[in-house]
Amino acid sequence: MARFDARSLPAIWTRELIIFKRYWPGTTFTAILEPLIFLFAIGLGVGAFVDEIDGMKYVVFVGTGAVATAVLFSSVFPGMYNTFIARVFQKVYDGILSTPTTTAELMVGEATWIATRTAVYGSVPMLATIPFGLSPRWSMLLVPLICFISALGLTFLGQYISGVVKVIDSFSYFQSALLTPLLFVSGTYFPIDGLPRWVGTISNVNPVYHCIELVRDACFGTLSLASLWHVLALVVFAAITGKLSVRVMTKRLIT
Amino acid sequence: MTKRFGDFVAVDDLSIEVQPGTCLGLLGPNGAGKTTLMRMITGQTGLNGGSISVLDFDVATQSRDARSVLGVCPQQDNMDDQQTARENLALWAALCRVPRARRKEAVAKALATAQLTDRASERVTNLSGGMRRRLLLGRAFINSPKVVLLDEPTVGLDPQVRSDLWLIIDGMRRSGVTVVMSTHYIEEAERLADDIAIVNHGRVIARGTPQQLREQYVGLEAVEYFGPPEVLDEIAAKAVHAGLKSRRAGLSISVLGVEGTATELLDSWGRLSRRPTNLEDVFVLLTGESLDG
Repeated sequence: MARFDARSLPAIWTRELIIFKRYWPGTTFTAILEPLIFLFAIGLGVGAFVDEIDGMKYVVFVGTGAVATAVLFSSVFPGMYNTFIARVFQKVYDGILSTPTTTAELMVGEATWIATRTAVYGSVPMLATIPFGLSPRWSMLLVPLICFISALGLTFLGQYISGVVKVIDSFSYFQSALLTPLLFVSGTYFPIDGLPRWVGTISNVNPVYHCIELVRDACFGTLSLASLWHVLALVVFAAITGKLSVRVMTKRLIT
Repeated sequence: MTKRFGDFVAVDDLSIEVQPGTCLGLLGPNGAGKTTLMRMITGQTGLNGGSISVLDFDVATQSRDARSVLGVCPQQDNMDDQQTARENLALWAALCRVPRARRKEAVAKALATAQLTDRASERVTNLSGGMRRRLLLGRAFINSPKVVLLDEPTVGLDPQVRSDLWLIIDGMRRSGVTVVMSTHYIEEAERLADDIAIVNHGRVIARGTPQQLREQYVGLEAVEYFGPPEVLDEIAAKAVHAGLKSRRAGLSISVLGVEGTATELLDSWGRLSRRPTNLEDVFVLLTGESLDG
């Protein structure tokens, strides 16, 4: 197999940029609106009954958690759907792989693009929480970077899922059995300390949990050496899912 | 080279060499293994045995280098529908690593080749089937390739559009590029290919110029008789008796290689029409199958 050559990436990004320039209003609308709905509906709705969690206003707790909702939705779904459509329906990948581009470069190119986009989308709920009591601080500037690293692994996961399924309808199994638990057992809406201990253990392999922990550390000024554990977990997750994505896509595209 | 998919042998110990600057036509019915062969050349389908070299690059170990000197026009249109013709070409120039400074010029040239300069800003989805094919051909040339693979370049198009595309392909051929073109259209192979390999069941069963193939297998002239099956049976028997080859097609029979046969004899078998032999005669005679698959 040819060595990875980063010179292929700008061309992949060019393709994504052309598509994005055409569809950005719809993509951005969905990516921003959904987490904001969670923030307002749950943050303010449930917040009327729950004053504080871990010493912070509930809406601020959910607002910082909604960053991870935005990251999950903006990365894993494009990883699944865009990849499946381009590969199976449009056959665009077949064309691209007849140029000097390899499967690994194609997948990494797409994932880094989606992750970059997610770095922006993911930061929106955090900014929207500021008027509700989240105090701005310099370490918040790290949040886009946290979103990027988290989204990279989640996009690779989406690509992997798109390579595993035979028909697009099968995505619903993964949505229900994998993505929903990832979101709810992560500390977005309630602290996972209240759940059985084994759930807390499992959450260590949940990238959304690590994303939320890091985002809250950055937002509340609690970054410490312990935060590096979450960074490491996200990097390892991206490395594993990246490998899986390239492997399954190579199997599908190189016959 | 050999390629198997499970028990099915798509390419069966096939060996072929293409002379630089010539157009090789791979002529065969659907399912003969032509597309598999094309994908093997780009490294998108692996080999179960043998090897492929594009210029000096071994596809198994240097597939990226091989693809960098290739231009590919696939059988299945795989352009980004929602992008304009210009955007598609610009993207391809980037993917093929055309230096940034030369991309604009390369795109303009490809648009001119595809005769789509005036439709450059049109989304591909709004172009007709023929225009999309022309664009695919132009795209295959964007990186000034040394070798071009054309997989059924005119499949499914009407005759007028097809002859427009032939003009473009002929222009490519004349520019000195090596062309490997698969087709199941006789006329396309006869008009464009310098050299033809007849492919069936993953094997090359005959190879040569159109003229050589006709001379070697079916002679230069044929006569065609029409009639009910029993009459055609009789003519087939007479042909065998006269030492001539024949082939049936529906309500007709063609007796082949009749250029040295007495006209009176042929006339005595029934009403006939004379025609030059063609590659379909060669193909059917060699395989017993029709090119339409």
